[in-house]
Amino acid sequence: MQQINIHALSDYLETQVLEPWKGIKKVAHDEYFTSGHRTCQGCESALVMRLMIKAAGPRTIVLGATGCMYVANTTYYSTPWVVPWMHTQLGSSGSAATGTAAALTALMRKGKMEKEPINVIAFCGDGGGADMGLSAISAALQHTQYNLLIFLYDNESYANTDIQVSGLSPYGANSTFSPPGKVHRIMHKRWKKNTAAMLAAGHPDCKYVATVSAGNAVDTINKVRRALTIGGPTFIHSLDPCPKGWDYDPKYSHDLGELAVETGIWPLYEVEEGKLKMYGKSKHIAKRRVERKPVSEYLLRQGRFAHFTKEDLDYFQGKIDEMWEKWLLPGVIPFTGE
Amino acid sequence: MNPPKSATAKKVDVQAARAPRSESEELISGSEAISHAVKLADVDVITAYPIRPYDTVMQYVSQMIANGEFDCEYIVAESEHSQFEIVKHASAVGARVFCGSSGVGWLYAFEALAVTAGLRLPMVAMVGNRALDDPGAFGVEHNDALSVRDLGWMLAWVATAQEALDTALIAYRVAEDSRVFLPCAISCDGAFLTHSQSIVKVPSQQMVDNFLPPYDRGDKQLHPDNPITVAPQANEDWVMEIRRQNDMAARRAREVIIEAYDDFNNQFGRGGEPFIERYMMEDAEVALVGMGTLAMPVKVAVRKMRQEGKKVGFLRVRWFRPFPTIELQGALSGVHAVGVIDRDYSFGSTFHSGALANELRSALYPLANRPKVVSFIAGLGGREVSTDNVIDITGRVFAAANGGEIDDQDTYWIGVRE
Ligand SMILES: Cc1ncc(C[n+]2csc(CCOP(=O)(O)OP(=O)(O)O)c2C)c(N)n1
Ligand code: SF4
Ligand SMILES: [Mg+2]
Repeated sequence: MQQINIHALSDYLETQVLEPWKGIKKVAHDEYFTSGHRTCQGCESALVMRLMIKAAGPRTIVLGATGCMYVANTTYYSTPWVVPWMHTQLGSSGSAATGTAAALTALMRKGKMEKEPINVIAFCGDGGGADMGLSAISAALQHTQYNLLIFLYDNESYANTDIQVSGLSPYGANSTFSPPGKVHRIMHKRWKKNTAAMLAAGHPDCKYVATVSAGNAVDTINKVRRALTIGGPTFIHSLDPCPKGWDYDPKYSHDLGELAVETGIWPLYEVEEGKLKMYGKSKHIAKRRVERKPVSEYLLRQGRFAHFTKEDLDYFQGKIDEMWEKWLLPGVIPFTGE
Repeated sequence: MNPPKSATAKKVDVQAARAPRSESEELISGSEAISHAVKLADVDVITAYPIRPYDTVMQYVSQMIANGEFDCEYIVAESEHSQFEIVKHASAVGARVFCGSSGVGWLYAFEALAVTAGLRLPMVAMVGNRALDDPGAFGVEHNDALSVRDLGWMLAWVATAQEALDTALIAYRVAEDSRVFLPCAISCDGAFLTHSQSIVKVPSQQMVDNFLPPYDRGDKQLHPDNPITVAPQANEDWVMEIRRQNDMAARRAREVIIEAYDDFNNQFGRGGEPFIERYMMEDAEVALVGMGTLAMPVKVAVRKMRQEGKKVGFLRVRWFRPFPTIELQGALSGVHAVGVIDRDYSFGSTFHSGALANELRSALYPLANRPKVVSFIAGLGGREVSTDNVIDITGRVFAAANGGEIDDQDTYWIGVRE
């Protein structure tokens, strides 16, 4: 079948070609997210911001939705952002990226701005992105004529407002809106939304969706570079351990990120032009080359699950087992075949 | 205290007004008139979302784009919140933008509307005024647009399709002036203006280019060559200073609007007085005050009453923000009583009046000889305000002027089944 490039019909702007960096020693030394931020000690999301913009480079505009990465990061007169940065409303990451990309497209086409590929990245938290802003992100992923990346940093709560349960908080997690009590031990019974796969499956024209974990820094960087290079609207979802919200010693942020992958709770994959690729330890788990670690190893290291009984742990384990043993595409697409 | 002199008394330069112009005349609605202005302003990014009655403007815009008559990025958003957020961000990058909504759609975007003004982004929007749900009604009420009146949005109310087109061009010029950098909404009464056709002079591109300079965001432009951080967390350390800057911008808007009308009058030979329109006000003993297409029945009624020797005039408020305090003080200091007709409500407010009556009363309060202010609410939900309604209203205003049994500390609902 003949391939038709629909972008050729419109004014699709070129993207920057950002080759992957092969190994940590090849990663650029330049920093575009530097001193000035005030996140908690051990905040994985702050590191993720640093990796994200290091990957994108200086010819980038970053839009940041309300949340910890806004409030704790951009105190007036002490911004850590070396690149142009603008706040957007809690549910507006999709719209911010769309508007910025649309403006660049129009201004460059009409000769009102010098033509050059400028990266547009909008980031959002799990609350702002996967709850309030989901429809705007979905809409952004439909605008295939614009080059933009939506980057969701997922600390599994509305962290900035004092750790409240969101649609991406894990089952049973203790939060200030879902405390375990004398009558109801489990206040939060929803299962975490399968966000990246939902967006990939629901937006077949979107050319790149990936999940990342900052424990694997080079990989995180290269996924950002791939998304920006392939162009069109793209989406990356990062699971970020949060010492304050998850209640653990800040020095274990990376360990917990890795455990989330090793227990199978957080599958690492990318969907490029409709092609699914598992990677890292998730690939081995999917191919059953390695055993998943028991989820209790991950859950019991965090204070937010301290109230869990054996029954709760079993329930959680059972759901994770289903993900890998029953799902149509293990860890990704939750249907069962006939 | 004497009323301060109006800064708008400047005479129109008739010679310049007669300068060669090339305008076409077209039979179009208010919505279509604004679509012409948007095209002539060479807007870069437009976002649409359907809601009656404003959405007609986007139907015209999309048709022009589809026909290749107009080049811009045109996005159909998935909600009004996104619709306004998208253009807000486009404006920060330096794009000229257009947007709009009606009724609850405008309120759905409320968060975006607040930050657009807070960020000093010169968005121009059309509000096709519509009653807020519930109960459902398509007809005009002014509460939708008025909801942003405290946020820094400039608010114009137009009465004709011609005025809609002209005001849209003026709005871009004022909003994008770096002394102002505030968003501006052009309010058009649903149905009476959005959907009603009249003959409109559509200016040439050349004329508009002479009047409207390109949008230049200057050192506030978000671009890799200008790596600023926009809208950081300021908190109590700085928020008050930033609010004060916005206050100063809203004050400066007044002079910039006056300049823009002067230029517009000179270049186009029309445009009239900024802020207010005076109709048979010269020797008026009582004045009626209102906004938007209310002007139609009111003017007819005023003419009729004048024939009967009643000295009544009409004062149409063209800009609600900035509020024409000085002009209203000047124009109303000589009358005995004023009847304010609000097409909106402000439940539980002073004397249960509408927003316009409340503002006007406080504007007149410093005057030594202040007229009595009688407040009326009429035409809600798109109900027609008839000339008989206006004559009824005027009778009561005359009664107030003559010391009759009229309560100026309450509000009369006109044309309502009790
Ligand atoms: C419209 C709106 N509602 C509520 C808030 C309050 N608020 C500020 S930050 C925040 C938490 C956002 O959570 P998330 O998106 O997960 O980011 P995080 O704080 O966890 O980094 C909330 C609810 C807001 N800023 N705007
Ligand atoms: S609460 Fe969590 S996400 Fe927020 S700054 Fe602290 S560690 Fe980072
Ligand atoms: Mg969060």
